[in-house]
Amino acid sequence: MVLAIDDLTVEFATDRGTLRAVDGVSLAVASGKTLAVVGESGSGKSVTALATMGLLPGSARIGGRIVLDGEPLTPERQRALRGGAMAMIFQEPMTSLNPAFTAGEQVAEALRIHRNLPPRAAFDAAIAMLERVRIPDAARRARQYPHQFSGGMRQRVMIAIALACAPRLLLADEPTTALDVTVQAQILALLDTLKRETGTAVVLITHDLGVVADHADDVAVMYAGRVVERAPAARLFAQPEHPYTVGLLGAVPKLAGGAGRLASIAGTVPDMRNPPAGCRFAPRCPFAISRCIAEQPPLIPITADHATACWRAPLSQILEAA
Amino acid sequence: MNALPPERIAAPAARQSPARLALRRFLRHRLAVAGLIVVVLFVLGAALAPLIATADPNATSWSAIRRAPSATYFFGTDENGRDVFSRVIWGARASLAAGFLSVAVALFIGVPIGLLAGLAGGWVDALISRIADAMLSVPFLILAIALAAFLGPALENAMIAIAISASPVFVRLARGMALEAKATDWVEAARALGNPPWRLGLVHVLPNIIPPLLVQATLSIAEAIIAEASLSFLGLGQQPPAPSWGSMLNSAQRFLTQAPWLAIFPGLAIFLVVLAFNLVGDGLRDALDPRSEKR
Repeated sequence: MVLAIDDLTVEFATDRGTLRAVDGVSLAVASGKTLAVVGESGSGKSVTALATMGLLPGSARIGGRIVLDGEPLTPERQRALRGGAMAMIFQEPMTSLNPAFTAGEQVAEALRIHRNLPPRAAFDAAIAMLERVRIPDAARRARQYPHQFSGGMRQRVMIAIALACAPRLLLADEPTTALDVTVQAQILALLDTLKRETGTAVVLITHDLGVVADHADDVAVMYAGRVVERAPAARLFAQPEHPYTVGLLGAVPKLAGGAGRLASIAGTVPDMRNPPAGCRFAPRCPFAISRCIAEQPPLIPITADHATACWRAPLSQILEAA
Repeated sequence: MNALPPERIAAPAARQSPARLALRRFLRHRLAVAGLIVVVLFVLGAALAPLIATADPNATSWSAIRRAPSATYFFGTDENGRDVFSRVIWGARASLAAGFLSVAVALFIGVPIGLLAGLAGGWVDALISRIADAMLSVPFLILAIALAAFLGPALENAMIAIAISASPVFVRLARGMALEAKATDWVEAARALGNPPWRLGLVHVLPNIIPPLLVQATLSIAEAIIAEASLSFLGLGQQPPAPSWGSMLNSAQRFLTQAPWLAIFPGLAIFLVVLAFNLVGDGLRDALDPRSEKR
């Protein structure tokens, strides 16, 4: 395993009490594989990524273990590896590049910091990197500034920066949310190709299940700071075992679905300062029983590679009965 | 319709750097360009003073006291028979040196401190900001006079006093810009790339806050020139007999009715230089304002 997160908790002190944004999350990704982390806003998926990179503000209290390539990540190690052995791509390509430097300089910077390359060699390597992310006319584009790039091209530059030092781990936090659909497909296909070439482990944070189906090997579904279900992508789509996943899959618009109302999950995400005592999804769950409200379900395996945190699992019988 | 001739089709510049775009906008600003020309003329005059001045600025002459402007004495002579034109030219050295050097020192003090305050935050920010606020609460000139009086009368001391008085403006500006930059995605991305905090401040944030600093520096030079003239007027700056526009005005006030040229020419020099720097500053502000940037 390249990355193994074990029982990660992240708490923030707020004016109205402690907010536990991530509560006992465990994840793992192998070399050359993509783990999709799925969940709605506020489910703790970005916080998990930032905790891995060591980019949370100093006020965050972090518990649990994060292991990269067999060695636990300490804050010092995170600082040293950031941008080198582990890299991150952000959601907003339009604003994530420094407006005062050319694209080439920004790719070169990663190589200068982590590889100690001299400026000239770093810039040449940056041009090669821009070619690898399929930016046409890379030598000329490397000398241009971010405002001369489109959103899709900027995200390619961001990917070039992230992959410049051939990281073992790439955290992609909704890398295509800000892009239009055709560009989104190109960027994700590019990430897949580069991942296969370098054996980088990818954590793909998204709320787009269509992206998950096409690009992920494994999926972890997060809800209110916890992983509620974990399975290989194909299996999760074929046989979801958590009511929240079932609801998410039901909410995906389908072309053949006609013009009816889109399905949605009733209710809202719980207040994270004051989460429900039992299963956090219980207030919104159509299958909830009294045990769900009283006791928090652990994430337990149903098969070797499929785990779910639901007292009523396996759901197949209930779903068939319904 | 005919096709546009090739040169009319906007060719995307290969290297459309922000600085180059700003320069193009600046050059469209006529008053600012006029200001820049005046500044350049004064700088040349100060630099080439020995070649331009028609006489030794400190040479007295008992036979030519308070002569009106003429072909021999372009700006007349003063109460000791010294050539006012030559003294104005040499006096530009004191004024421009005070303007440029003291603002350079103020930038050198103020910007790193402001960046530190903005990026570090917490008690460091609180301490630095309160000190800067305290200094800004005292009027610029009063603070400069107090410091100059404390350091003793000399041009170098006046420049130090002006530099210290001018620095809190830069502290505050750099801090504000650093706070703004700290919240941007690209600073977060730069952190994710493994930039240590000092590199974040100097390599990433600093180049992005240069435009407003440049505008403020230009306007501060104008203020510093006035401050130097004021201090010299009060006898706290350039010491006699060395020429300075401020001290020339001081000695001129006794002869305002008999020899008005003694006051007019140094006064006009101060006016022109300060106006020119302000015009350049305004032009820079328009040229560098990100809101006027074509997206």
